Amino acid sequence: MNTCDLVIIGGGPAGLAAAKSAYDAGVKDLLILERESSLGGILNQCIHNGFGLHTFKEELTGPEYAQRYIDLVEERNVPYKLDSTVININKDKVVTYVNEQDGLQKVQAKAVILACGCRERPRGGINIAGARAAGIFSAGTAQKLVNVDGLMPGREVVILGSGDIGLIMARRMTFEGAKVKAVVELMPYSSGLNRNIVQCLNDFNIPLKFSHTVVDIKAKDGRVSGVVIAAVDDKLKPVMESAEEIKCDTLLLSVGLLPENELAGYADVTLSPITSGAVVDDKMMTNVDGIFECGNVLHVHDLVDYVSEESEHAGLCAAEYIKKGASRNSQIDVKGTNGIRYVVPQKINKDDDFAPISLKMRVANVFKRVEVAVLLDGVKIAGKKKQIVTPGEMETIALGSEVVQKVKAGSTLEVTLLSGGQK
Amino acid sequence: MIKEMICISCPLGCHLAVDDGDKNDIKVTGNTCPRGKVYAVNEVTCPKRMVTSSVKVAGSDAKLVSVKTSEAIPKESIFDCLEVIKSITATAPVKAGDVLYKNVCNSGADIIATKHASKI
Repeated sequence: MNTCDLVIIGGGPAGLAAAKSAYDAGVKDLLILERESSLGGILNQCIHNGFGLHTFKEELTGPEYAQRYIDLVEERNVPYKLDSTVININKDKVVTYVNEQDGLQKVQAKAVILACGCRERPRGGINIAGARAAGIFSAGTAQKLVNVDGLMPGREVVILGSGDIGLIMARRMTFEGAKVKAVVELMPYSSGLNRNIVQCLNDFNIPLKFSHTVVDIKAKDGRVSGVVIAAVDDKLKPVMESAEEIKCDTLLLSVGLLPENELAGYADVTLSPITSGAVVDDKMMTNVDGIFECGNVLHVHDLVDYVSEESEHAGLCAAEYIKKGASRNSQIDVKGTNGIRYVVPQKINKDDDFAPISLKMRVANVFKRVEVAVLLDGVKIAGKKKQIVTPGEMETIALGSEVVQKVKAGSTLEVTLLSGGQK
Repeated sequence: MIKEMICISCPLGCHLAVDDGDKNDIKVTGNTCPRGKVYAVNEVTCPKRMVTSSVKVAGSDAKLVSVKTSEAIPKESIFDCLEVIKSITATAPVKAGDVLYKNVCNSGADIIATKHASKI
């Protein structure tokens, strides 16, 4: 069996950043496995701009952002295999992949970084009633058809879900001559960025209907002919008296992203029921020694810049593990309470290096004038006052070495929302 | 005339009301901070947008190559700019950064490739 110090599964922004930093930290025997025919991942189809403001201090399109990291990997001659699908990994870190040239291959790795990203929640994931007709796409599939394959999915469009991909596709379809009749959002707020609501919907007078959902899909001759939408009550149940039909030939779904963790499951990696990603420690290591996770497979990020940052950290930690092995003397749990839906990492190692730790979190609802606070045994050790926090935006709190030093074995660490934020 | 808009300067997303009846004294209400006023005044005087799309490419495995305007162009020129973009066929090899069309719609902005497309 072939051996390799580090196998990185996924050649998107997470895998590329992890490869670069692991290489720079001394891991020269590494391999990126990518199932698509080019590196760059989902960024290749995200042709709009707005990427990289944090990392590069300039606004790039998706392909440009990807190319920056592809160049970093190419300059280092990091080996990668394209069109190569990983079909299994086990807890002993044997990675099985398949491609046309090599057939079925097994590689014994010392460490594995799972950087496989996420997938879109499909129609079956939200159980929309109605016809099973042509013309129903996830927003990302439509994005690939339009931006990569040069094909138009339809002419008259309704979009369910106001996440960023749905908003971006509303503008993109409009640019290509389609009529976007409405964006329908179940919640009373959007999980997308304000900028996208303004520049993708308001600019083109596309109505955004909050607290509404699709209750039926109509079809004629096997193609979508309309969707029935209805308002929902405060328990998110449709109020059928409010139902109205919108004629359209296409329904795009932008109803959430799910980390793709089948491989993690095969290796007995413990998953979080909240993030659907692995439970990791501050070294981005899962419960299985030498298996790491970063990027959207770990938890869905709002900005790719944070994916890159987190993944560079994972690459560095994997390099350290390859040199020194795991150090899990004692771990303490990091809990999210009072409106904090989750915190990543979920565990912190009590080691001696006192390396700074970046806590990433999302809130469960919209809150105004709050402080996102980190409590150690009930005492505030860090905080960030915010005018507003929303579920669509990830919050980050950095704990410096001086704070990390205070964490003792048996401590409780909690991220919570306190009232009274920035005015 | 009073126009309503959402400020995009930060995640707060203040709902602004902008009275541009007097062009020399545009009145903005609903903003929480000074950036809201700057945003609103720009939006009613000279709103600009980056345009991103894709063009056909000949002689490559890729069917399309993605493009952007080199700078933001006036909002009212977006659809004219898109017509120009649809008329372009690039020839491989294309490198990200290549200028595919100069001074689109007299905006001063060029259409530039944002992706490589190698020759077959």
